[in-house]
Amino acid sequence: MATYQLTVNGERKEVTVDPSTPLLWVLREDLKMTGTKYGCGVSVCGACTVHVNGVATRSCMLPISLLGERAIVTIEAMNDDAVGRVVQDAWVEKDVVQCGYCQSGQIMSAVALLKATPKPTDTNIEESMGGNICRCATYVRIREAIKTAAARLK
Amino acid sequence: MSTANTNDNELQLSRRSFLRVSMSAAGGLLVALYLHPTAAAQEGSQPRPRPKVYPPDAFVDIRPDGKIVIQVNRLEFGQGVQTALPMILADELDADWSQVVAELAPAADVYKDPLMGIQMVGGSGSIAHSFQQYRELGAKTRAMLIATAAERWKVAPNKCRTQESVVYGPGGQSAKYAELGSDAARSVVPASVQLKNPSEFRLVGKNIRRLDSRPKCDGSLKFGLDLDLPNMKVAVVARPPVFGARVKSVDDKAARSLEGVRDVFEIPLAHGTGVAVVADKFWTAKQARDQLKIEWDFKGVKRADSSQLFAKYKELARTAGLSAMARGDAKALEGIDASKRIVAEYEFPYLAHAPMEPLNTTIRFDGDRAEAWAGSQFQTIDQMAIGEVLGLKPEQVTFHTEMAGGGFGRRAVADSHVQREAAVIAKRFRGTPVKLIWTREDDIRGGYYRPMHVHRVEVGIGADGMPSAWRHVIVGQSLLAGTPFAQYMKDGVDNSAVEGASDTHYNIPNLNVSVHHPTVNVPVLWWRSVGHTHTAYVMETLIDELAARASVDPIAYRQKLLKPEAKKLLAALGLLDAKSASWRRKLPKGHAFGISCHESFGTGVACAVEVSIQDERPRIHRVTVAVDAGIAVNPLTIESQFQAGVAFGLSQLMEKGAITFKDGVVEQRNFDGFVPPYMPDAPVAVDVHIVPSTEAPTGCGEPPVPVISPAVVNALSKLTGKRYRTLPLVTV
Amino acid sequence: MPRYRAAGLLISIIILAFGAWTIIASALGQAREQGRSDVSRAQGLVAWEQVYSVLTHPRCINCHTATNYPQQGDDRHRHFANVVRGPEGKGVPALNCVTCHQEVNADSTGVPGGHDWHLAPLSMKWQDANDNPLPSAAICRSVTDRSKNGNLDAQALLKHHEEAVLVLWAWQPGRRPDGTMRTLPPLSHKEFVAATRRWVEAGTPCPPAR
Repeated sequence: MATYQLTVNGERKEVTVDPSTPLLWVLREDLKMTGTKYGCGVSVCGACTVHVNGVATRSCMLPISLLGERAIVTIEAMNDDAVGRVVQDAWVEKDVVQCGYCQSGQIMSAVALLKATPKPTDTNIEESMGGNICRCATYVRIREAIKTAAARLK
Repeated sequence: MSTANTNDNELQLSRRSFLRVSMSAAGGLLVALYLHPTAAAQEGSQPRPRPKVYPPDAFVDIRPDGKIVIQVNRLEFGQGVQTALPMILADELDADWSQVVAELAPAADVYKDPLMGIQMVGGSGSIAHSFQQYRELGAKTRAMLIATAAERWKVAPNKCRTQESVVYGPGGQSAKYAELGSDAARSVVPASVQLKNPSEFRLVGKNIRRLDSRPKCDGSLKFGLDLDLPNMKVAVVARPPVFGARVKSVDDKAARSLEGVRDVFEIPLAHGTGVAVVADKFWTAKQARDQLKIEWDFKGVKRADSSQLFAKYKELARTAGLSAMARGDAKALEGIDASKRIVAEYEFPYLAHAPMEPLNTTIRFDGDRAEAWAGSQFQTIDQMAIGEVLGLKPEQVTFHTEMAGGGFGRRAVADSHVQREAAVIAKRFRGTPVKLIWTREDDIRGGYYRPMHVHRVEVGIGADGMPSAWRHVIVGQSLLAGTPFAQYMKDGVDNSAVEGASDTHYNIPNLNVSVHHPTVNVPVLWWRSVGHTHTAYVMETLIDELAARASVDPIAYRQKLLKPEAKKLLAALGLLDAKSASWRRKLPKGHAFGISCHESFGTGVACAVEVSIQDERPRIHRVTVAVDAGIAVNPLTIESQFQAGVAFGLSQLMEKGAITFKDGVVEQRNFDGFVPPYMPDAPVAVDVHIVPSTEAPTGCGEPPVPVISPAVVNALSKLTGKRYRTLPLVTV
Repeated sequence: MPRYRAAGLLISIIILAFGAWTIIASALGQAREQGRSDVSRAQGLVAWEQVYSVLTHPRCINCHTATNYPQQGDDRHRHFANVVRGPEGKGVPALNCVTCHQEVNADSTGVPGGHDWHLAPLSMKWQDANDNPLPSAAICRSVTDRSKNGNLDAQALLKHHEEAVLVLWAWQPGRRPDGTMRTLPPLSHKEFVAATRRWVEAGTPCPPAR
């Protein structure tokens, strides 16, 4: 066991966990933040996507011991994020979700895309979102919602 | 080396109980799943159940603050029922939609499917079976509110009207539902009630957005896997590498030494036995499980092997099986010259459902009662199973329905194996909630797959270019055989393996469909659209081949070949033609269109796809879908279901879209070995067109799935000249 | 002598001297490159084949692709989750290499890591567009072409093989998600460096193209 000081959504948190514990499970079980989801555990599906120092990161494969001082931002903070809010609103307006389980990860990936590329082309969207699985396959509406969000972001 | 420390008697009892409870829980009406209600009604073979009286207060709670809480009698797992059923009720109720809150009802008699007699979601039957029910509930609640207001105002009820959660009296009086709610709930439930004229619908038929969108977008909505209870423990189970193997010995010293591990013990599984690890947290449990050294006993266990099975199936397919359909002249083929025949052999692999949320159940056992939380498609069956394991009656088990991250059939299991595992574990931790989690690897490797199939079809073509003789042999495991429901198979035929072929709407005068159901040591289960997943593929690719041979347009050919009674398919084809003709006629070089149509679960669907080949894979630029599902309760939901459902259907074409066995062991581990469609695999655009209808609504959960794969390969065939009869599509 | 003729003579002498100087310097330089003259060209070619055997091992070649994607695994299949090269070989937003790959291996979760994990540039592709490893002659020419290899001379190539973090990673590639260790290149790192040195001392000869 080791103790780690974390910055999550701007707040300082302290956890004492096995160093090999993936950030995903520290968030979900130690910090009780279940918005970030477990879909595969091997970074193939993207449901666990968070932002670490602004970089979209698959938290299921990041052992807490490798995090260092980097700041974590999760889906729970997107409501108060300028880009996050626009993306969420577009998702709701376009009725994107079905079961919804993958959508935290989809939104975190979409926000990362739009922050780096505010006016993404269709190719940009497909390349950046092409690593997130939606088993319900809501991809058509995800594309539409990203375009809607991009159009609204200055 | 410690041996498994479980009472043998306990194991014996649990194994017997698997069978016993499944049988009684089904109540015999489960068979209706395979004769879907419209077919049953047509054939008159299934007596209609007597209508139940559903107490409105079990479904609607009008709160003093104005909120109207509606109980949904089915699991919401993406299909939108949590919005559609409340819409239906709220419309008849004349409720203010902005005040409606939907809840997933717990397991209870009153929430059972009116036709099926169990609480369930499946067979695309939610709207079809509960449309009338929820309308009546809404209308009755409205009547009770009016009666209450009329009583207060001393006026005649028929002089009152309602609008947006308010009752208005003839003399200018008004009262909010919120004020009347508690009195109304105590008033007499009318025996019968007048329903709205469809022209009066305010919500039904409109594009109403989902109620659960926002919380699914901000991380606040809790799925079953997210449940957190005080003092909760987490369990994972080490499963045998081959179905049915049993634990011979376990070295759990290393596992137990990890901080936070609470217990390690053998448990019975639906197939064989496994070792449960219970810990304070998931990661601890998983690491401890990884440290277990287990010796397995494989005595008497059959090892499935995909290549061996396909060879065996192909051999079987060359002989007639049990008859599923025999129409016309069995010898008609013999009279047709070989040059006018097509012989085609198809192969389909096992498929995993792999819903996005891994399987999980949380149970707390308190001795004389228990509480369970799960995203289940079969709540009352699961409730009974948990009770059986814990020695409780169903009424002593409170079963909460959690929001589920997908299902596609995987959460509707008659043997309730996940719930039983959880109950066995919870029993050892009396008073403590235990959450059982299946890891993704457990899920991919854990069985309950869409069975593998081989089809062998011989078609004799008539002078008019239409098929005059059709001999079709299907080989595949039965979903029912080997279970208590085997007694419901008709003459040994499991209808779920032949639906879509034996009951085809194509007018083939001499049609012979037969089936072999081999016994294989692989647990199997219905996978979204069940038999139609493979039968539609065979039918629609062969029909297309026939159309090409006859040099007839693929839509026109189908329109000519379909029976006139196939109204929904014909309507869908007509609408499809109209909506896709312009783009079909001007395709860029290297692009081709493909057509398919199929009716399943009472809904007729036709689709056209535009495909090119990029990087040696099919690139689907566009799909146009036309659907006849009777009354479209929520067109937005239907559009969503079809846009996404066709992309889900492409699972069958994915290069790594197969579960394969080698020497009894599943070769895939996770989503990198069994790869579902990602965004680049999905169609870029899908436009959905709904045939206007006043007929009773039928389902849209499964109907999108069967049409897409044949349509895509029909387009590919135009581009490459090849026929694609083996799935998944490894090479194009 | 007229002044212009003297100037012309002086210029000629300067040019000749300069020419001689470059010839002598080049010869000296080559001799320096050659170092020990007991590493013949033939021996250098043998050493190169040893180097080639490492470069074409999955731990190295999986990131030296000719395509829009990296590979993974000993069977060198296309990397999962549709990760793509991106404009700088570092992936794209939301799917950067560092979205998963950290500064070191994450053995508890099975993801390999190393500082600045990224794809080799297309100029350093060691495969054809069909994912087949290029022949020895072709790769040899590529890696010694300073317009393609990041302007590395022979000594810099040796240093790259000796010290570069992502090169060193190939010999400590970490565990897969199933717990098994990733396989190592056919030579040890020490042998690889020694073979590179012999090849460099032979003047980085390349086999003839067929």
